[in-house]
Amino acid sequence: MWSYTFRRVLMTIPTLLLVVTVCYLMLHATPGGPFDGERKLSAAVLANLQAKYHLDLPLWQQYLYYLKSLLEGDLGASFRYADWSVNDLVAKALPVSLAIGGGSLLISVVIGVGLGILSALRQNSLVDYLVMLIGNIGSAFPSFVIGPVLIMVFAIWFKWLPAGGWDDFKFAYMVLPMALLTFINISTIGRVMRGSLIEVLNSNFIRTARAKGLGLSTIVFRHALKPALMPVVSVIGPLAISSITAAVVTESVFSLPGIGKLIVNGASNRDYTLVLGLVVLVTVVAVLLNLLVDLAYALLDPKIRY
Amino acid sequence: MSLLKVRNLGVQFQTNDGIVSAVNGVNFELERGQTLGIVGESGSGKSQTVLALMGLLAKNGQTNGEALYKGQNLLSMSAKELNGIRGDRLSMIFQDPMTSLNPYLTVERQMTEVLELHKGMTRREAKKRAIELLEAVRIPEAARRIDMYPHEFSGGMRQRVMIAMALLCEPEVLIADEPTTALDVTVQAQILQLLKDLQRDFGTAIVMITHDLGVVAGLCEKVLVMYGGRVMEQGDADSLFYRASHPYTIGLLGALPRLDHDGSELVSIPGNPPNMAQPPKGCPFAERCSHVSNRCATELPPLMPAEHDGRVLRACHKSAHELIDIREVAHA
Repeated sequence: MWSYTFRRVLMTIPTLLLVVTVCYLMLHATPGGPFDGERKLSAAVLANLQAKYHLDLPLWQQYLYYLKSLLEGDLGASFRYADWSVNDLVAKALPVSLAIGGGSLLISVVIGVGLGILSALRQNSLVDYLVMLIGNIGSAFPSFVIGPVLIMVFAIWFKWLPAGGWDDFKFAYMVLPMALLTFINISTIGRVMRGSLIEVLNSNFIRTARAKGLGLSTIVFRHALKPALMPVVSVIGPLAISSITAAVVTESVFSLPGIGKLIVNGASNRDYTLVLGLVVLVTVVAVLLNLLVDLAYALLDPKIRY
Repeated sequence: MSLLKVRNLGVQFQTNDGIVSAVNGVNFELERGQTLGIVGESGSGKSQTVLALMGLLAKNGQTNGEALYKGQNLLSMSAKELNGIRGDRLSMIFQDPMTSLNPYLTVERQMTEVLELHKGMTRREAKKRAIELLEAVRIPEAARRIDMYPHEFSGGMRQRVMIAMALLCEPEVLIADEPTTALDVTVQAQILQLLKDLQRDFGTAIVMITHDLGVVAGLCEKVLVMYGGRVMEQGDADSLFYRASHPYTIGLLGALPRLDHDGSELVSIPGNPPNMAQPPKGCPFAERCSHVSNRCATELPPLMPAEHDGRVLRACHKSAHELIDIREVAHA
């Protein structure tokens, strides 16, 4: 198990390097620079600015400078937000996104797996139809439709909750964005769990378990849950990653000061270091999540523990 | 009272093509220590017969008739009552050892849970007992291997684990659904010998489902030959094999490949089993029978004592004497 973990961690290094390199090159290949504005800067000022940020050096030297500071954990200074380093900006925005994204993922795993089990055991019952309905709505409607609908109903009609904004982790501001993400995640997790449990319950080894005289709860929780969770684990990885990308939309809809908002701002301002820093951050998170998924697989399936 | 008495058992499945009748009017009795063989080709209803006894039919399955275990009807029991009997007094070995063990649990967990449930043992006691059983089915280094997962065992070993698991509570009836089909011939012989030994030691009654007539001849006292969900011929093994009197049994015996005969061609019974969604009005075997007469297509032959041997029941319009004579002439 430990050697497996170690090997999987080592394998993440080339992935990370490749992503950083490609992003770096792509960002530089886009026309325009961070100091192109409506007001032309004088040549001397521009030269000074470029020298300050090493933009006057050949590309490969800039790249090496960037890698060096990246290794030191420094994402550089923001080109646009004066006096802010990218690290500072991320440190402020990340907890917001983590609380909303991570929290809703956790809730939706618990609820989604629970609903999936219930609907698999009672096919064609009310619970089953509910899970299928959530599944269909969640996959058919994009979050930028469901989000505003939630705002309209709960903030404008009922006036129970604020329509958006952020006030230092105050619960009321977190409910609607979390509800949106949870709903979307449950739609996938519930559907996958239902399908995989139904399939597992039809397998030969479950028939053996029934032949032993075991009760339903032992059969489901001891014999069927682990194999049925395998497909769920494999969707949780991509779901978590898409929660980050979905944050670009949800955080705009609810105007939350999170990573998604930062990405949007950085990209429209051509803030090289900010965008690059965020992309690197998201990549690291994605790679880590995949690692976690692989380790969860190994924990669940004895055949993978080599 | 018989240990197991099955009366007029029927199994039906509700499908998109209507009701499919998989088993009709099966009767048999089993005493302590006896072995009954149920023979027939795929789809003849032999597996469904025993799955019905165990309460393991697919969700769309229904039963009628009675299956009395010591006078209690297994078919009308609640799931809870049935769970008290199956795995304990009545246990089953399945056909495919590769998929019938849970790949996510150790052999130890899969065995001890049976004893914890039915015998109220602690995990430690149960493990000790499980190791004894694994040794009884000749698994080398049982004490070490019990903590392994099924994928770390070979096919033959897994079937031994299945057998050990089925015998944990010393059941009175052991149902073996083609226990050797997935195994190679040398392993087959070992497993059969093992079942024989265990039967001798534990006094277990065995219901052996197979399409291998060699297995039946070697192991069973009574035989039930099924075709198209119906019993074609039934009786004690010796009478049935030495003087087969039903065209289907004769066909099955004739299809056995033999080394002592010339010619490399394999003999088979021409045709296919009937579609059970639209069962024929007459004898289900009529279409493939070489002795077919007009009556066979329209009138279902009842299962009656044979005229040549009272220990055999047969369902055929043609007289037994005639068929036996034909067979003896053909062999002479």
